[in-house]
Amino acid sequence: MEKKTMPAFKGTKEQEEQLKEVIESHKGQEGAAIPVLHKAQDIYGYLPIEVQTMIAEGLNVPLAEIYGIVTFYTQFSLYPKGQHQISVCLGTACYVKGSGDILEKIKERLGIDVGECTPDGRFSIDATRCIGACGLAPVLTVNDDVYGRLTVDDVDDIFKKYE
Amino acid sequence: MVNLKINGQDVSVPEGYTILDAAREVGINIPTLCYLKDINQIGACRMCLVEVKGARALQAACVYPVAEGIEVFTNSEKARNARRTTLELILSNHERKCLTCIRNRNCELQSLAEELGVDNIRFEGENTKYEIDDESTSLVRDNNKCILCRRCIAACDNQGISIISCVNRGFSTEVAASFGKSMAEVGCIYCGQCIVSCPVGALYEKNDIPKVQRAIDDPEKHVVVQTAPAVRAALGEEFGLPMGTPVTGKMVAALRRLGFDKVFDTDTAADVTIMEEGTEFIQRFTNQGKLPLITSCSPGWVKYCEHYYPEFIDNLSTAKSPMEIFGAIIKSYYAEKSGIDKDNIYSVAIMPCTSKKFEAARPEHSSSGSQDIDASLTTRELARMIKQAGINFAELPDEEFDQPFGIATGAGVIFGTTGGVMEAAIRTVYEILEKKPLENVNIKEVRGLEGIKEATLKIAGKDVKIAVAHGTKNASILLEKVKAGEHYDFIEIMACPGGCINGGGQPIVDSKTRAKVNFKDERAKALYSEDEASTIRKSHENPYVQALYKEYFGEPCSHKAHELLHTHYTKRPKY
Repeated sequence: MEKKTMPAFKGTKEQEEQLKEVIESHKGQEGAAIPVLHKAQDIYGYLPIEVQTMIAEGLNVPLAEIYGIVTFYTQFSLYPKGQHQISVCLGTACYVKGSGDILEKIKERLGIDVGECTPDGRFSIDATRCIGACGLAPVLTVNDDVYGRLTVDDVDDIFKKYE
Repeated sequence: MVNLKINGQDVSVPEGYTILDAAREVGINIPTLCYLKDINQIGACRMCLVEVKGARALQAACVYPVAEGIEVFTNSEKARNARRTTLELILSNHERKCLTCIRNRNCELQSLAEELGVDNIRFEGENTKYEIDDESTSLVRDNNKCILCRRCIAACDNQGISIISCVNRGFSTEVAASFGKSMAEVGCIYCGQCIVSCPVGALYEKNDIPKVQRAIDDPEKHVVVQTAPAVRAALGEEFGLPMGTPVTGKMVAALRRLGFDKVFDTDTAADVTIMEEGTEFIQRFTNQGKLPLITSCSPGWVKYCEHYYPEFIDNLSTAKSPMEIFGAIIKSYYAEKSGIDKDNIYSVAIMPCTSKKFEAARPEHSSSGSQDIDASLTTRELARMIKQAGINFAELPDEEFDQPFGIATGAGVIFGTTGGVMEAAIRTVYEILEKKPLENVNIKEVRGLEGIKEATLKIAGKDVKIAVAHGTKNASILLEKVKAGEHYDFIEIMACPGGCINGGGQPIVDSKTRAKVNFKDERAKALYSEDEASTIRKSHENPYVQALYKEYFGEPCSHKAHELLHTHYTKRPKY
């Protein structure tokens, strides 16, 4: 079966303590999984197998059910965000101006899909809805840097700044 | 009683019935797909939509409770069109390779397409493509065939295991274990309850027919086969015989015609299991050993214990299951006695079970020097072999098992149903401890389909507290009681609800039949009737078993018996 490479889990003792507290405060409540997952994502930034297993064990809910919830809602992420978070706008204006092709090029270059992070933890890709910079379409951001009026050929130049 | 009208007909049914129940009661068929009585009743697939007068939208009959005075139309144009469109949409994203599908002509989706007269699929949309998961020893999952009915998820939940769920969303939804793992990498016990719940060909057993066929075709190989008790109680269903017909004689005849050199009865080995396990119980009971002793014949239960209750590993009987006991005996005692090189023996087991494939592959089950069991086939695989060989099963004469392992006792036969192992063990343990014959061998307290059965028996002046659980969810409830301090001396656990008669390798009973008849009861009756008809009903009275101990093992739990007939267990991760 297909196995995706993941950056190694780097959870700290403090984070684990925090999560345990959250689990403890929701234990026995009906529908506890979703609020606990939200807080767990706040603590760790994402929800890897290690975190989901702690939640499953702590709430006595099957891991498969937890994983089902996490993969159902787009707010939950299985992957950490990279040191450089690339967000490609797929709003209507950007999309008709070719942001889909730009996104494809970035995915190809990094070898990861939308929502994922490179195994070295440096880059992650998100596809966003309209970010309100339609005049610059197509637009992408890397952390707080905005790049507009792009073509597929600009992608390599942008990466040079971060490599 | 609640009064309603279905298609203009007055119907009166008890409160709590659904429209589906009420309609079936008066012989009106409403199509269903995700519905599986007592297991999955969630109204997800929308195949059972009906019109309820006054309701704004069509309603799912399988979850809509009857109410006084409602008028239901199951066959209106609106309902028919909605069902048909739904079915076409399901079919549009289904890999329609019916001719080569393992469930061809035994598929609820295929039957529905016929029943609803689908002659065209109007929606030719995108098709999802999934990799087939065949990494485990036992199960294959092919999501290209999956229709997302969730019956397998419910069956797994019903076992208290819950290792699969719906993952992702919308068009990308699929039924899978977490984190893209194979069934071989999660705590799956391979009970196969998901397989027997699947309406289509998305789940099936690992096909071991080719390797068995190769062995049969090899003139050098001496191919020996053994058949578990539950197989004879259900095999007939694959050939149109009424449910609950024992087909022991025809099954033996069919196996001979398939080319097996010797056809043996696993029940004989079940008698040996009782000698070993019974002796082990007496030793632990009288010498203050670890109690409760828990049976270990069900490989699904054993794997469940290893993954989820490793703290009970020391409670498991070290006696091997009947299949493995037989495997060890065939390649040692039988090989020596019949002068056949054990390396030329190919040992096949026909089991009602998918987890037996895993048990057969356990590295510790090689006391004869090589794997004691070379292949374990399900009841369904045997039926396939019989069909492929062009054998007219229903017209076969009744034939007898081969000697020296052809005589089994009634005790060995009832191993195939919940409570059977306990009943068989008590028949022997009682006589050994009391040193007098047991008058009434029918131990009714452990029979029947109640989830957990308990009794306290007086044996040799002492109270012996026994319990029987079937289905791993019930096992878990019972084990939690033990952990909470409740004392038991002897516990029988079977992984599958009802025991082996409802094993994951048994013929598939479709949803409609399940709603009408209690197939577990019917199959169990076949076994109890064979027990009643047996001249010998206690394991220790089996003359072949007595000879086996006299000639070879000395006595139960002897050094040699321990070498060949006992095993050990391994703690396995939960996740």
